[in-house]
Amino acid sequence: MMIPFGHALAFAAALFILGLTCVLLRRQILMILIGVEIMLNAASLVFVAASAYWRQVDGQVFVILLMAITAAEVAVALAMVVYLWRRKRTLVADEFNGMHG
Amino acid sequence: MTTALFYILGIILLAATLMCITRRNPVHAVIYLVAGFFALALMFYLLGAPLVAAWEVIVYAGAIMVLFLFIIMMLGLAPQEVPEGPGWQRWLPLALLSASLMACTLLLILEDPAAGQKVGGFYLAPQALGEALFGRYAMAVEMVSFQLLFATIGAYLLGRPLPKGEDQ
Repeated sequence: MMIPFGHALAFAAALFILGLTCVLLRRQILMILIGVEIMLNAASLVFVAASAYWRQVDGQVFVILLMAITAAEVAVALAMVVYLWRRKRTLVADEFNGMHG
Repeated sequence: MTTALFYILGIILLAATLMCITRRNPVHAVIYLVAGFFALALMFYLLGAPLVAAWEVIVYAGAIMVLFLFIIMMLGLAPQEVPEGPGWQRWLPLALLSASLMACTLLLILEDPAAGQKVGGFYLAPQALGEALFGRYAMAVEMVSFQLLFATIGAYLLGRPLPKGEDQ
């Protein structure tokens, strides 16, 4: 398989912008988190393509570290989702507009 | 042959992601995203990253997305999220913003002299990846393991029962 490096980057850019659109457009907290996941995967695609371009191992190592960090992030974020659901029985981000303390 | 496959997989990835971000029902969104991640894993394989492709399926599609599904089912989320007011006023500025961002990014990519150079014919054996991961990047692996531990503690602290009176 031989493709121009720019095409892989273009796919990654399109994926990242779809994720960014999801974060900006959706109001449900779960969908915002899904948008973050999409953006992280776009970053993974750039890393793997760069790893193939420079024929170095480092990009793929970064993707694996990125997956571990994403797992940690998702664990905390979903715990927060459950916490917010318990507080207000809704996941629409606009509803969480008050401070307490 | 595999070159055409890469473009087909890319189009599947973008189509599945587009379907994902427009679904009302979060379960449908997650299923579309899993389909997109399968395509992305095959793109990783074609770019010479077999171990990363396997982990994309196992960790992302298999663990993280199932965690999302688990939370959706645990909370019993209904596909509500009804838009208020006229819909196009809400998404038209965002669509313009995204389109202009996409155009700028594509222009930047096309400007770059490296963009035209061919990439491919590269295959990294899992053994070489493991040697780099636990050799040169051993400290990073340790730090990530600590981060996973902290995330576990944080998730536990956030998930503990609320004090009396704060729960509805």
